[in-house]
Amino acid sequence: MKLVTAIIKPFKLDEVREALSAIGVQGITVTEVKGFGRQKGHTELYRGAEYVVDFLPKVKIEAAIKSEMLDSVIEAIEKSANTGKIGDGKIFVFELEQVYRIRTGETGADAL
Amino acid sequence: MKRLLTLLALFSALSVVAAPAIAQDKPAAEAPAAAAPAPATATATAVPAPTPNKGDTAWMLASTALVLLMSVPALALFYGGLVRSKNMLSMLMQVFVTFSLITVLWCIYGYSLAFTEGNAFLGGFDRLFLNGTFDAMKGEFAMGATFSKATPMYELVFVAFQATFAAITCCLILGAVAERMKFSAVLIFMVLWFTFSYAPIAHMVWFWMGPDAYTDPKLVEALNAKAGLLWQWGALDFAGGTVVHINAGVAGLVGAYMVGKRIGYGKEAMSPHNLTMTMIGAAMLWFGWFGFNAGSALEANGAAALAFMNTFLATACAVLSWMFAEWMFKGKPSMLGAASGAVAGLVAITPAAGNVGIAGAFAIGLIVGPLCLWGVNGLKKMLGADDALDVFGVHAVGGIFGALMTGIFNSQSLGGPGLVTDWVTAKVGSNPILDQLWIQAQAVGVTVIWTAVVAFIAFKIADIIVGLRVTEESEREGLDITEHGESAYHM
Repeated sequence: MKLVTAIIKPFKLDEVREALSAIGVQGITVTEVKGFGRQKGHTELYRGAEYVVDFLPKVKIEAAIKSEMLDSVIEAIEKSANTGKIGDGKIFVFELEQVYRIRTGETGADAL
Repeated sequence: MKRLLTLLALFSALSVVAAPAIAQDKPAAEAPAAAAPAPATATATAVPAPTPNKGDTAWMLASTALVLLMSVPALALFYGGLVRSKNMLSMLMQVFVTFSLITVLWCIYGYSLAFTEGNAFLGGFDRLFLNGTFDAMKGEFAMGATFSKATPMYELVFVAFQATFAAITCCLILGAVAERMKFSAVLIFMVLWFTFSYAPIAHMVWFWMGPDAYTDPKLVEALNAKAGLLWQWGALDFAGGTVVHINAGVAGLVGAYMVGKRIGYGKEAMSPHNLTMTMIGAAMLWFGWFGFNAGSALEANGAAALAFMNTFLATACAVLSWMFAEWMFKGKPSMLGAASGAVAGLVAITPAAGNVGIAGAFAIGLIVGPLCLWGVNGLKKMLGADDALDVFGVHAVGGIFGALMTGIFNSQSLGGPGLVTDWVTAKVGSNPILDQLWIQAQAVGVTVIWTAVVAFIAFKIADIIVGLRVTEESEREGLDITEHGESAYHM
């Protein structure tokens, strides 16, 4: 099993969710986050005061999946979250040791 | 607004009946007490005492409520949106409570000090607790003067209208010391500054004996001598360029120096937490300012119409001029810039409102935008103080500019309405522009020095009694929690 974490542009969230649903991903967790990468931040000017905003708003998606789905999940996210411009985000993949479904006590791939 | 009060009691009208000259000899403030009920023996030639016009009264009551709207909520929201979210309630509280505090002080002694006869600098105590404004036993109301002969207004209406001016002026200062000043120190400062700066400046600029007192050329000198110092000099201030904006703006700058910079100023981001509120506040200020400026005509007349239109136009001009200047020099036209331009325009047109013509409103509005933009950028850097919400850069700079421009555009040759050159005949004329400009400059100078000295001493006293600043820890946590035990937002 794998845990896929993707950082994407907020306005791409719906497209990514649809793409993941389409290939059979059962559920995702979404968090609003801030951060910086190569896109860096921007400056804001309030009357005389200029502030550099280092952290831009992004959305973090987490999906726990079966290992054999990994390639299609990566492909789905890459396609749906892509704008071709700097700041599209990144995908991180982790080994997932164990999963439990709280309600039934199911474990492993059954719990996904 | 302006001036004041010969309290000619309604009944005292009767002075007309028998012995006008004698009545005039009485100091105006004593009129109500001295005036006997109208002798029933009035002759057939007796002229009935003029009574307040109901339309005027209705307009002034509405104007008074409009000025209240400018402070709570408009100014509170305008300022509140500009601070960080952790200090939102402290900003709202300071404005709300200062407004209430000054209203109470106004009715106890402030009105009396500002608008009764005393010396050229300060009034007397005839109206302590508004004593004499209403005779409950007889059901009679004292009268105050307007700018037209035989056109009295209920003095209580004038008291209320002026109360809102005193209160909002004090509230304006709060922006300069926002986000770090102790609430208790705010209250102590306000009591002192209001008493020793607002009341005297209001008296100096706006107190006079009223048009009805001027019945004979022989009386003019003596009557003029009873007016406030700057009124005697002939300074024009329609709705409070000196009294309100310069007064508050300079006090704010002194406060910014004395309270010191906010922790992290210039290093950490201190961006406004809600410009939506700031825009709503600015828009309601504009709305309320019609009461402030047009109401200052004290009557629903042509001067009010002129002040209304000028307030409308100059503000719109300043929104555009600030925005385009910002667009040109800073890259983007910002919402905060547009809102700030509106306030700058309103400030600058305040002393000019009923004192200049439409051409003056165009000129003042178009120039004050870029000028105040410089006030909050270049000038602010030069001054080096953390005037948190730019009270000096907008109110003092805009107020000084407006006061000076009033001296220029008042002239009939530049489309202004001119001024009354002789109150006996109510003759209107124009002063030579440079003469009037010089008078305006002197009035500005007196106001700047007076308020700066008083503010310095008042902040010092507050510092000695309770200390001006909250602790560093409190400041970091935010004044909402540490000073007031509440949070503005739970999200």
